[in-house]
Amino acid sequence: MSETMTFTQAYNRALDEAMAADSSVLLLGEDIGDKEGGGTFKVTAGLSTKYGERVRTTPISEQAIIGAAIGASLAGMKPVAEIMLMNFITVAMDMIVNHAAKLRFMSGGQTSVPITIRTRTGAGIGAGGQHSDMLEAWFCHTAGIKVVVPSTPADAVGLLRACIEDPDPCLFIEDALTRTVKGPAPVANHRLPLGKAHVEREGSDVTFISYGRPMQDIRKIAPRLAEEGISVEVIDLRTVSPLDTDTILASVAKTGRAVIAHEAVRSFGVGAEVAARIQEHLYAELKAPVLRVASKDVAVPFSRVLEQEFLYKGSDIEAAIRQTLEPRAPR
Amino acid sequence: MTASDSFPASALLDVYRNTLKIKTVDEGLRRLIMSGAIHPVFHPPTGQEIVAASMGAVLEPSDYLCTIYRGLHDQVAKGMPMKLIVAEYFMKTTGACKGKGGAMHLTHPASGVMVTTGVVGSSMPIANGLAWASQIKGDGRVSVACFGDGASNIGAFHESLNLAAVWKLPTIFLCQNNRYAECTTYEDATSSKTVAERAAAYGPNMVGVTVDGNDAREMWTAMRDAVARARAGDGPTLLEANTFRFSGHYFGDQDPYIPKEEKEAEKAKDSIGRLRQQVLDSGVATEADLDALKAQFEAEFEEAVEFARASPDPGLDEIYKDIYGAA
Ligand SMILES: Cc1ncc(C[n+]2csc(CCOP(=O)(O)OP(=O)(O)O)c2C)c(N)n1
Ligand SMILES: [Mg+2]
Repeated sequence: MSETMTFTQAYNRALDEAMAADSSVLLLGEDIGDKEGGGTFKVTAGLSTKYGERVRTTPISEQAIIGAAIGASLAGMKPVAEIMLMNFITVAMDMIVNHAAKLRFMSGGQTSVPITIRTRTGAGIGAGGQHSDMLEAWFCHTAGIKVVVPSTPADAVGLLRACIEDPDPCLFIEDALTRTVKGPAPVANHRLPLGKAHVEREGSDVTFISYGRPMQDIRKIAPRLAEEGISVEVIDLRTVSPLDTDTILASVAKTGRAVIAHEAVRSFGVGAEVAARIQEHLYAELKAPVLRVASKDVAVPFSRVLEQEFLYKGSDIEAAIRQTLEPRAPR
Repeated sequence: MTASDSFPASALLDVYRNTLKIKTVDEGLRRLIMSGAIHPVFHPPTGQEIVAASMGAVLEPSDYLCTIYRGLHDQVAKGMPMKLIVAEYFMKTTGACKGKGGAMHLTHPASGVMVTTGVVGSSMPIANGLAWASQIKGDGRVSVACFGDGASNIGAFHESLNLAAVWKLPTIFLCQNNRYAECTTYEDATSSKTVAERAAAYGPNMVGVTVDGNDAREMWTAMRDAVARARAGDGPTLLEANTFRFSGHYFGDQDPYIPKEEKEAEKAKDSIGRLRQQVLDSGVATEADLDALKAQFEAEFEEAVEFARASPDPGLDEIYKDIYGAA
C-alpha cells in the first residue's frame, strides 16, 4: 500500500516544504513552538527546532498576531499565522476584514498582503458554542480574501502550499474533528490551484457541491446510490471564495439538479450563494429546486445529543439527493 | 555634548522646512474644500505639524510609517509627493491610490507610507509586523506607528506594545496627544495621567517618554533617541508628543466642546512662529531663504493642483481591479 498521512501530518508537511523552499515564509501563533509542544494540535511540531527564529510563539493577542503578519507581508515576507480556533478569529476581524483583505484595493494595487491564516474548527467534539463554529461565510462576504477548506490530506498539502505562495490573504480552515483521518500522501511539493473546484466523481442525475467535512460523507453515500442507479456528480469546491462558478454551472447544466452541503449553519451561508448563482444562470434547465443541507441556525450546543441534533447528517445529504429526484409535475 | 551638538541647526531647518511644507498642503487643501473644488472627509493636522515634521526629519526614506486618518502631516513629512496626495484628494486616477483609497487611506510605499488606516488604533499591530520583517532581515529599518491619545485606550494598543516589548521590535509608537478624541477629552477617557507612563507596564524593553511635540528641539531629540534605540536593536519606544488640534476633529467641526481659553492659550504659544524665529536666530537661514522656501512649496502645491485637475477620474473598470493579484 502506498504511503498515507493524517490531515495534521499534511498541514505540517506543507508548512515544512514551504519553509524549506522559501526563507521568507514565517510562522507565528500561540503555542506553536516546540518548547510549547508544537501547537495545540501539533500541526507545527518540529518546525521551530528546524527553522529557529522563523517560527515565533506569540502572546494571546489575535489582533497583534494578524497585524504582525500583515505588516511583515507588506515588507515582502510570507507569514503564516495560526489562530488556534476559528471562534477566536472574531477578535481579529478588523485586521482581517478592514486591512488584510482591502489594502491591495485601497492602495490602488501599490501594496498586497500575501499572508495565510490557518485556523481550525468544527462541531462534534463537545466544545460548545465558542469553540466550534464554521464562520467561513463571514469571510466569503469580503472581497480580497480567499477562503480554502481541504477535504483530504493530499488536498490539504496542495492547497495550504498554494495559499502560502498566493499573492493575497488566504484563510485556510482545518477540521478539528477529522484531523486524525488518514488519506493517501501526495508527492513531494504537491500544489493545487486556488479558485478551482474539483469534479471528483462524474455523474449524470444530481450534482452534489460541498467542501470540507461533508465531502467525507458523500464519498460513502455516492457509491451506495450508484448501486441503486442514482448517478451523483460530486464537486469539491476546495476554494470556497472566490467561487468557481464555471465548474458548478457546467455540471448542473448537465444534471439539472443540485444539492449543496456544508457544516456551517444554514441561513445566509455559502449554500445560499451557490443556489442563487445556479438559478440565476440555469433556471430553465433545472429539473428540481436546488436544495441545501446544513447545520441548524443555533449556537453549537454542548450536550452530545443536542450537538448531534445541531449538525447536518449524512442521512440529510442522502435524503436531499433523493428528494431532487422525486417525480414532479411539468412546469 | 553642547546643546547645538544635540540639536544641530541643520535639523532645526529640516523641521522647519517640513513644517512649512505640511502647512502649505494643509492650507491649500482647506482652500480647495472651501471653494467646493474637493469634497473629502478631511481630518486636518493643523496644530500638529511640528510633531510630524520632526519625525520626518529624523527618519530615513526607507523607514516605515503606518499612520491614521489624521495623517496628512505624517505623509508629507515622510516625503510623499504632493502631486500624488492632491490628486488622491481630487479622487483622480493619478492619485497615490488611483482614487480608490482617499484622504483617510493614503499609501505610498516608495516613501515608506505603508498604511494609513481609518480605524482607531490599527496602525500599531501592522507597524509591528513591518518592524518584525526588518528584525528578521537585519535591514536596520525602523517602523513608526502614529496614533492619537484616544487610540491608547483601544485593545490593539495593549496587544501591540506588549508584543513589541516581548519581541524587542524596532517599532516607535508615536502618540500624538491632542487632548481630544473626537469630542471627548483626554481626562474623561484615559485612566493614566500620561500615555507614556503606560510604557512601564511593558517592562524594561519598552521606554516611555512624554515631550512637548510642538517644540522642535524636544520633539526632534526624542524622536532621534527613539530611532537610535530601535536601530540598535534595543527595543521599542512609546513616544507621547503633546500637541493640539486647531481645526476640529474633521474639517467643518466647530469644536464647541473645546473651552475658548484652552484654544486661545494654545494659539498664544505660536509654536510655528517660534520655530521660525529659532531658525532665523540660529543663522542657518535668512528671512529671504525662508520666504523662498515658502514660495517654492506653494508653487509645488499649485502645480499639484493643476496636475490633479487635469487628471481623469478612474475608469469604471477600476472597480474590479486590485482585488486579487495575479497568482
Ligand atoms: C475602532 C474605531 N472606533 C471609532 C472610530 C471613530 N473615530 C474616528 S477618530 C476617533 C477619535 C480618535 O481620537 P484620537 O485617537 O485621539 O485621534 P485624533 O483624531 O485626535 O487624532 C473616533 C472615535 C474609528 N474610526 N475606529
Ligand atoms: Mg486625539
